[in-house]
Amino acid sequence: MASTATTADAGPVFHLEEEHAHAEGSSTMLGFWLYLMSDCLIFAMLFAAFGVLGGNYAAGPAPKDLFDLGLVAVNTTMLLLSSITYGFAMLTMVKGRVGATQAWLGVTMLFGLAFLSIELYEFAHMIHEGATPQRSAFLSSFFTLVGTHGLHVTFGIVWMVTLMIQVARYGLIEANRRRLMCLSMFWHFLDVVWIGVFTFVYLMGTLR
Amino acid sequence: MSAHDHADHADHGHGGAAHGSLKGYLIGFFLSVILTAIPFWLVMDGVIDNKQATAVIIMAFAAVQIIVHMIFFLHMTPASEGGWSMLALIFTVILVVIVLSGSLWVMYHLNANMMPGLHEMQQMP
Amino acid sequence: MSETLTKFIFGRLTLDSLPLHEPIVVGTFIVVALGGLALLGAITYFKLWGYLWREWFTSVDHKKIGIMYMVLGLVMLLRGFSDAIMMRLQQAIAFNGSEGYLNAHHYDQIFTAHGVIMIFFVAMPFVTGLMNFVVPLQIGARDVSFPFLNNFSFWMTVGGAILVMASLFVGEFARTGWLAYPPLSGIGYSPDVGVDYYIWALQVAGVGTTLSGINLICTIIKMRAPGMTMMRMPVFTWTSLCTNVLIVASFPVLTAVLTLLALDRYVGTNFFTNDFGGNPMMYVNLIWIWGHPEVYILILPLFGVFSEVTATFSGKRLFGYTSMVYATVVITILSYLVWLHHFFTMGSGASVNSFFGITTMIISIPTGAKIFNWLFTMYRGRIRFELPMMWTVAFMLTFTVGGMTGVLLAVPPADFVLHNSLFLIAHFHNVIIGGVLFGLFAGIAYWWPKAFGFKLDPFWGKVSFWCWVLGFWFAFMPLYILGLMGVTRRMRVFDDPSLQIWFVIAAFGAVLIACGIAAFLVQIYVSIRKRAELVDVTGDPWDGRTLEWSTSSPPPAYNFAFTPVIRDNDAWWDMKKAGYKRPLAGYKPIHMPSNTGTGVILAVFSVALGFGLIWYMWWLAALSFVCLIATAIGHTFNYHRDFDIPAAEVTQTEEARTKLLAAQG
Repeated sequence: MASTATTADAGPVFHLEEEHAHAEGSSTMLGFWLYLMSDCLIFAMLFAAFGVLGGNYAAGPAPKDLFDLGLVAVNTTMLLLSSITYGFAMLTMVKGRVGATQAWLGVTMLFGLAFLSIELYEFAHMIHEGATPQRSAFLSSFFTLVGTHGLHVTFGIVWMVTLMIQVARYGLIEANRRRLMCLSMFWHFLDVVWIGVFTFVYLMGTLR
Repeated sequence: MSAHDHADHADHGHGGAAHGSLKGYLIGFFLSVILTAIPFWLVMDGVIDNKQATAVIIMAFAAVQIIVHMIFFLHMTPASEGGWSMLALIFTVILVVIVLSGSLWVMYHLNANMMPGLHEMQQMP
Repeated sequence: MSETLTKFIFGRLTLDSLPLHEPIVVGTFIVVALGGLALLGAITYFKLWGYLWREWFTSVDHKKIGIMYMVLGLVMLLRGFSDAIMMRLQQAIAFNGSEGYLNAHHYDQIFTAHGVIMIFFVAMPFVTGLMNFVVPLQIGARDVSFPFLNNFSFWMTVGGAILVMASLFVGEFARTGWLAYPPLSGIGYSPDVGVDYYIWALQVAGVGTTLSGINLICTIIKMRAPGMTMMRMPVFTWTSLCTNVLIVASFPVLTAVLTLLALDRYVGTNFFTNDFGGNPMMYVNLIWIWGHPEVYILILPLFGVFSEVTATFSGKRLFGYTSMVYATVVITILSYLVWLHHFFTMGSGASVNSFFGITTMIISIPTGAKIFNWLFTMYRGRIRFELPMMWTVAFMLTFTVGGMTGVLLAVPPADFVLHNSLFLIAHFHNVIIGGVLFGLFAGIAYWWPKAFGFKLDPFWGKVSFWCWVLGFWFAFMPLYILGLMGVTRRMRVFDDPSLQIWFVIAAFGAVLIACGIAAFLVQIYVSIRKRAELVDVTGDPWDGRTLEWSTSSPPPAYNFAFTPVIRDNDAWWDMKKAGYKRPLAGYKPIHMPSNTGTGVILAVFSVALGFGLIWYMWWLAALSFVCLIATAIGHTFNYHRDFDIPAAEVTQTEEARTKLLAAQG
């Protein structure tokens, strides 16, 4: 970055002659990763709450009565597909193809919206049957855990729209690329959380 | 969260953040489809009679799938960000394990001690 | 106006919500209002608003943000301490049938507010402020990794503080104790706004704390000057790193737990209720998973301060640098394995209790190692008993006692006797005052000249020191005794008249501490008046060892004209010994972040959001949430957030300093 040569007589070097600016945004990826780790702990808390309280049905409906694993499988597929399409968006971004990047982002967003719609349908269905978040500690922790994941996906979609506008306006400049990479991490991270959700909540809940 | 809206300037490189390759994404996708499908199949069709065994198996699948996602989608390598990403991840995983298992352990013992089930109450003098 | 419209606009806020029936609160309000008006008037009269807004409120300079954090901590210390002295007075007089002068409703709010304010809005801002100011200077950086985020974090912390202060005059604060255990904090037993103030104040401040933690970790990892390897970092930077790791890894836990409590209160879920399968003990379990690391978040940075101070004032390299670093890292990890010792009595049984008892005792080993390191640093050193060193010695004596009572409490059977007694209160005040507060005063006295260019007046500093130290011993030793006699915490009146003498002694101690705080304020005032006498031109008033002393006091906006190159972990000491000469020419333009008001605006919307949620003003909550998101997104459309300080300006600043140094000779 900068020359470290100072005095001609090769004495000890105490400072850099050239300006040594840390590249702006050079910490962003690490910082965002740390944010994701802290978010991960929020989910860990919700998982812990579900783990401890998830068996307290209070004579209300149990997972077996409520969960439609077929629907969850479709939902999981949506999220998985959105992950791979976001991957394609990143690959086209590296090649600098604005149109293709936007297209893949759009596809990703559609899959995300499909995921949310299915989840909302599931929630509405459960609430309609009387399985509200207030009904039992199991349902409180179920709705909170799955709902928090859903809120994250919603936020990811809002962010994606923002980035699509910014890419359209300013192109795939360095700052936008960095933002797309952050969103990429965020999106794939949500996928990882979802693995935990479908395994611990839906599958193991049905097994109980 | 507004964690995304800081520091946006011309950059000089990302310190080794990888973008992955088409092949990587496809392998990851293929693996995760399999790793998702099998647990769903195991539970939905009740393939294994023993529920505990099923639970252990699907947890193992989840763990493997998380690792697959980390490698192929999140491009985690021991070298990314000079190893700090991996260190942060390991630290977080340790904490998640402590928090989850600790809470379950503590609360299980609490329930066992403080809320004896009905059949245990009947055995009391 | 129809009733429904009023209800829509004001939610559950009515004129009855104002505590007009509490003469003490009304009196306080009048004093605060008059003082506030005088302050605002003075700022307007002297036309300071523009200056404050441009140079401070919107500043992204880590030094200014650090100083603003310290000011916030100091202001809130006054509030938190008034709560403390009110409690001491109440307990000293509520004997022999006397009800004291505080009713139960008010007293319960006071002890809750005291705890919340002292931890979240005194200790945390002080610690964060110190780290913000010192860390970039110690690692030879120009600023933190995310300067805007730093400003935003600060204002979120202020937002939380504003909500807590608002609860004093609009509505009321929680009456639940500082951790708001359910079911008491549930909607059934606390239907009023107190717990909601608690929840949203902590959530707003918590966002700021978490983001500032991420920011400082990135700064330490990414922005170190060339040559500064991890094992060449100053110890304060090391402890700051570990502290921020703890912040990032534990504040999300608090956020999650408080969210669940809020859901219970607002939506009617059943996490921590007694009905429908809820479990209040789960709250206790979860919140202490945050709560214990929090203790180390507070103390670790001060361990760093003591390390810097001891090495500087003993004129020696720190004894056992490596062991100090490892001890810090071990404490960081172990702090996640001890949370149950806060509720041994809950009934998890012998196996669980013994595991957590043993881990708690283990954590005292690295802490003890640190004490020995400081002692060996002093051993055969040329100790200068300046103010920071006096605080350090007082810390070592006081903190050791507190640590030992802590080990005593780690024994589950002993804890069954002492749980929730005044013994516990004495223990944690012993470590928090004796460790955190003494450390902060040491740090303030140590780095004040760096921040402002003149030393603090030593006479008033010593007055403050002796009042604090003696006041602490007078105030809390009686509580140990009372705790051993079985007196529980949070009591408002007492039946046994033989206990009164101890409470009177404790109240006397509190008065001494009040004198200590007053002397500290006088010290600041006197030092500012006598700044010409106390001036330090060299930038290195204590013959320091680490990099922050190599630049001018106060440092220029860019911190260092040239990025330093580090060869040793006492970098500045090494430079002095190796014949360092300040470079006098060849300045280059320096790239710096621009100021922005977005952080303030976002925090204002967050406070409005919190206020709307507290008072059920749903329109306000929704509106401010939309504004919050819109502002945050709008901010991302600004791609030009930096500028270059021209070389000429750098040259001018540096030449001014050259002249000053020459004039001093």
